[in-house]
Amino acid sequence: MSAVLTTRNLSRYFGAVTAADDINVTIDTGEIVGVIGANGAGKTTFINMVTGYLPPSEGEILFRGESIRGAGPRRLMRKGLSRSFQVPQVFHELPVMDNLVIALAAAENRHLNPFRPVHGPERLKAAEAMLEQMGIDAYRDELVTAMPQGARKLLDIGMALLADPSMILLDEPTSGVSLEEKHALMETVMEVVARRNLTVLFVEHDMEVVRRYVTRLLAFADGSVIADGTAEEVLSDATVQELITGKARPAAKEA
Amino acid sequence: MLTAWAILADGLIYASWLFLIAAGLTVIYGVMRILNLAHGAFYALGAYTAATAIGWYYGGSGDTHMLVSYLLLGGCALVAGALLGAAVERGVLRIMYGRDEILMLIVTFALLLILDDAMKLIWGTQSYLPYQPYAEMGRMNFDGLSVAYYDVTLIAISLLVGLGLWYWLERTHTGKILRSIIHDREVSAAMGVNVKRMFTITFMIGAGLGAAAGGLTAPAISVAPGLGAEVIVVAFAVVVSGGLGSIGGAAIGAIAVGLARAASVHLAPELELFVIYAVMATVLIFRPHGLFGQATARKI
Amino acid sequence: MQMDRSEWLLLAGGLLIALGGFLLPSWMVSIATSAFATALVVQGVVLLIRAGLVSFGQGLFFGIGGYAAGMSNRFLGVTEVFGMLALGLVVAVALAMVLGLLVSRYREIFFAMLTLAFSMIAYGVLVKSRALGSTDGFGIDTWHILGWTPPDGYGQLSLFLLTVTIGSIVAVLLHRYRRSALGLACEAIRENEVRVEYMGISQRLVLYINYVIAAAVGALGGSLHALAIGHVDPGMTYWTTSGEFVFIALLAGSGHVAAPFIAAVLFALVRTYAVELIPNAWQMGLGITLLLIILFLPGGIWSLFTRLRRATS
Repeated sequence: MSAVLTTRNLSRYFGAVTAADDINVTIDTGEIVGVIGANGAGKTTFINMVTGYLPPSEGEILFRGESIRGAGPRRLMRKGLSRSFQVPQVFHELPVMDNLVIALAAAENRHLNPFRPVHGPERLKAAEAMLEQMGIDAYRDELVTAMPQGARKLLDIGMALLADPSMILLDEPTSGVSLEEKHALMETVMEVVARRNLTVLFVEHDMEVVRRYVTRLLAFADGSVIADGTAEEVLSDATVQELITGKARPAAKEA
Repeated sequence: MLTAWAILADGLIYASWLFLIAAGLTVIYGVMRILNLAHGAFYALGAYTAATAIGWYYGGSGDTHMLVSYLLLGGCALVAGALLGAAVERGVLRIMYGRDEILMLIVTFALLLILDDAMKLIWGTQSYLPYQPYAEMGRMNFDGLSVAYYDVTLIAISLLVGLGLWYWLERTHTGKILRSIIHDREVSAAMGVNVKRMFTITFMIGAGLGAAAGGLTAPAISVAPGLGAEVIVVAFAVVVSGGLGSIGGAAIGAIAVGLARAASVHLAPELELFVIYAVMATVLIFRPHGLFGQATARKI
Repeated sequence: MQMDRSEWLLLAGGLLIALGGFLLPSWMVSIATSAFATALVVQGVVLLIRAGLVSFGQGLFFGIGGYAAGMSNRFLGVTEVFGMLALGLVVAVALAMVLGLLVSRYREIFFAMLTLAFSMIAYGVLVKSRALGSTDGFGIDTWHILGWTPPDGYGQLSLFLLTVTIGSIVAVLLHRYRRSALGLACEAIRENEVRVEYMGISQRLVLYINYVIAAAVGALGGSLHALAIGHVDPGMTYWTTSGEFVFIALLAGSGHVAAPFIAAVLFALVRTYAVELIPNAWQMGLGITLLLIILFLPGGIWSLFTRLRRATS
């Protein structure tokens, strides 16, 4: 196994607030890494730094052995690092198809062509395939505004996957989705990423979901990683129980 | 040397005129996040109102007094501006709240068009020259540099307005509420602040200030159609250079633009108009949000 | 270049309008010519609006196009219309390529203000240039099309045909552009810049190209407008002229490339009558209409057609 993502002494300060404090993590090819932590523990800050949206205050990030500190989301996407968002970052006033087609054009690096129609037959086919894999083909011709939250989340992840990444970071893929939909959504996503052999890191609050999918779990508190291991190990850790999961019930209620 | 003093004097006079106009614009943008193109119309309204009042006052046979004419200029304009401001805020802006800043800019453009024509209907298309107060106050002489007393008074007034606004925003209870709205509109509303009412008050004060600026400067200019459109873009140059929504920024912007224009008038008159916007463009190139402006980060 | 149905329709529409020019009285032909020229500028404003940007300074390129064409005619002795148009285009594109480096960093009101500032700088320069006629501008009267000088009384009609031809070609090209990846990328930027960045698209580059294209059609419109009325003056770059373009763009809506042409003609016709009937209240009408559009017709007049089609189908 080889390391896909490595962070060394990664820190981020916002004035006097420390959002990430000396994070050292190495993620290997094929790992499915879950990230848990209370709100404000630094999970999204971590993702934002790794994907180049937020420059770290200190530390180093390596992606497939190469330093990516200072590279923006654009370059990282070309290197094979994608992400999804807690609040779906999709184009709400555009048809679902256009969302996917522009993502494809961008992935092909052909988005600067001013005269060729963006809806080429091959792109349409690829976009439809993605809609089907994500199980949201019913919304093909709708505007995003017509989609329920769960479908938007899937579209958001689907758009990230169109870039054909080798690793994807999912920021709370199930937040804002009803309890019933949650498992179906994760099932769909995990099936798609498994088929593509992706390395995955995802932030999740539902411990049941975490247990079911992760091969490794990281627990964040106050900007630091306080536990790192298998789900069993981490969830039985006393500090994790105290700070994050709450002792009694592993499947804590949604915040 | 005389030129340098003349540039300084003219620059400060022009700057105080600019600041008077920019102050109302700044208050409205700062609190309501509306970049108000119609501010030009309030300025013009003030100028027309003052012209009428002065025409009536000096047209009569009785004695005239400077103090009275000053009160007429500023007072009538202020009242007219505040009343129209209330009407515009209640009648039009209120329906539009919650839209993009840029759409609000277009809304105020529409208002400018409407109000400009409304004033044409009331005052006709001829020019008014309410010069009497300006002439009556006379000029003073510094070693060959002649400055009108009226203009010196204008500098004093704009200083007072600046200090008054600062006091109002930083030291009074209303100011505290306004600052909380500036900081976070939703939270303030949730904490029981009557945001709508504060908006009406803010807009009335901003519009009143704009009109007062028009009234007080009317004796030095020719009041004619198109005045609003002319003035507002200069005022924009000032507030955008200074940093939108900051009173201090408006003051600095006014001084920068005022001095630059005065320098150009004395040294290179053909660049007079050019220089105003060149200041703004230059500032924006190096400080995208103006000298005192702050960028707001977008949250994911 | 493969043409699709709507592109053929656009060309057919252009041909019909051109034929109509032979039937209309000459005063209407002249209004229509300047309206179509204006529509080209508005196309640029619409392109910017599609990318979420409102320019209060598109008059800059309108004026540059007009002045460059006029100056080449007056000072360089260029009398060939296509030469004049080309010069206007080249100058405006060159300027836009420089300014674009800067304005592509700005959004929202800052974009509006910066574009406004640049057009007002041009205004300030033109007003003070005695060689260019200061506030009066100057006239353009001697020109020919590809070496052919229209006989007396047919000048206006030939300019009309030229404008309609160029307008139709531009319409087809813009129609393509709007359906291209770059065109869609502009809309994507308007909708969500974060995602666009994460898709690997450089917003600045996309907006830069879009700005230059908008400038190019603006300059074409300006040159044609100058030819049509035979005159240029600094008012072309005054900010209220740009405001008028924004008005027509909102009236048109960004739904279809044909909409700005329709809106510009409508605007020109209404203005012609309104200025006669209510000279001091016609801008008031404009303002009220603008408010009504924002409130009740955010998609512009084109959304009326789409609504109608939906209702009948």
